[in-house]
Amino acid sequence: MNTTPFIQYHQTLGAKIVPFAGYQMPISYTSINDEHLCVRQKAGIFDVSHMGEFIVRGAGALDLIQRVTSNDASKLSPGKVQYSCMPNAQGGIIDDLLVYCLPDNSYMLVVNAANIEKDFAHISEQNQSIGAELLDISARTALLAIQGPLATQALQTLTDLPLADMTYYTCAKGTFAGVPNVLVSETGYTGAGGFEVYFYNEHADTIWQAIMEAGKAVGLQPIGLAARDTLRLEKGFCLYGNDIDDTTSPFEAGLGWITRLNKNADFVGKNALIAQKAAGIGRKLVGFVIEDKAIARHGYDLTNPDDQSVIGQVTSGTFSPSLQQSIGMGYVATAYTTEGTIIGVQIRQRNIKAKVVKLPFL
Amino acid sequence: MNIPANLRYTADHEWALQDGEYLVIGITDFAQGELGDIVYVSIPNLDKQLSANDSFGEVEAVKAVSELFMPVSGTIVAVNELLEQSPDLVNSDPYGEGWMIRVKPDNPADFEALLDAAAYKELVG
Repeated sequence: MNTTPFIQYHQTLGAKIVPFAGYQMPISYTSINDEHLCVRQKAGIFDVSHMGEFIVRGAGALDLIQRVTSNDASKLSPGKVQYSCMPNAQGGIIDDLLVYCLPDNSYMLVVNAANIEKDFAHISEQNQSIGAELLDISARTALLAIQGPLATQALQTLTDLPLADMTYYTCAKGTFAGVPNVLVSETGYTGAGGFEVYFYNEHADTIWQAIMEAGKAVGLQPIGLAARDTLRLEKGFCLYGNDIDDTTSPFEAGLGWITRLNKNADFVGKNALIAQKAAGIGRKLVGFVIEDKAIARHGYDLTNPDDQSVIGQVTSGTFSPSLQQSIGMGYVATAYTTEGTIIGVQIRQRNIKAKVVKLPFL
Repeated sequence: MNIPANLRYTADHEWALQDGEYLVIGITDFAQGELGDIVYVSIPNLDKQLSANDSFGEVEAVKAVSELFMPVSGTIVAVNELLEQSPDLVNSDPYGEGWMIRVKPDNPADFEALLDAAAYKELVG
């Protein structure tokens, strides 16, 4: 089992630690509710060093990224970040990822921890005819996300980078907590605003300690993966392995906006996705709320509320700490995707009513 | 971890307190800690007679759902109505305000057959 360079801090802080994607990760420090609200109201720090990072650079770098991703990376310029999908030949999703455009024709791809090997193998295979330089720097790269409305205030004391002037989905390299060449991006998975900070493992102590110290002034707390999940779900962000996977299409998942069929490049899955779009999709990912006292969990059946016939499956569900309501997402047949439609959720022996709502929830 | 010596326990992490001819039942400090933030407690079995190990309800936490099991056979004579509005009492005070049901056992001697604090402590390590 792998550990991140912050494992001893999580242990000292009394985190509940669980195996996740091959890493020992903190799931919670105090309580999900407390951590969740701290991020929405103040700021929180997440160790997400398990995430994978690949560098693509040199001749063919852009061609390779265009080949393996669905969004149009040619729109990027150094300092820009893009959310994208890595489709398979059938139009399913190998992974969702961030594409960072760095100076000197180099790019960084940030992928899900559980998919590092699968993604790297796929990109390597596609690279055979392109020959860009491709490096997996996941093991030596640490990543901390500092999220929340007070994140800028806390972090600005640690760097000369003009954090308040940065815009969403941009990045910059600079000295951070005295460490040179730290990559800071205004990105995250919480919808609460804030930054993600990438650096090599040898700087982990310096940077963790500096952020924890600077964070005291704004009430920053460490946040575990459990609250990361409730935070992302309130914003309707897809979680790979739950809401999207090799069998779901980006069109079904509401990711048509990052699927650029007209970009000036051929890409893996393009033909399948064109065919899907022409034929129309049979199911769509929707958000729903439940008024009853129950939580829909991944894999539960969604049903027609009248005859209880199965119309889809729940992909994510939780109790929203911000809204104090049971919320969920799932795929349903397109006839049931209109806002306000009442559907059923089969929760053990009970069929409970849920209402389709617009995403995000918050 | 708090395991009061005056209570009896089950391997499913319920506790029972003897109160005259009744038993007060809830879930242990260990159980609430494992579940994390509890958001719903559902006990639809008031006035029902259930057997030992029957499910008497469920607790829904943010992370997971867990069934509640009768430590002994008996009739549920009261349900903690506070949990309707404040299910988090199970997290904050599992042996006090977070109690769940009051049961009239079919056979009062069944209480003695439950795990004592030392045995439960051994179970949860």
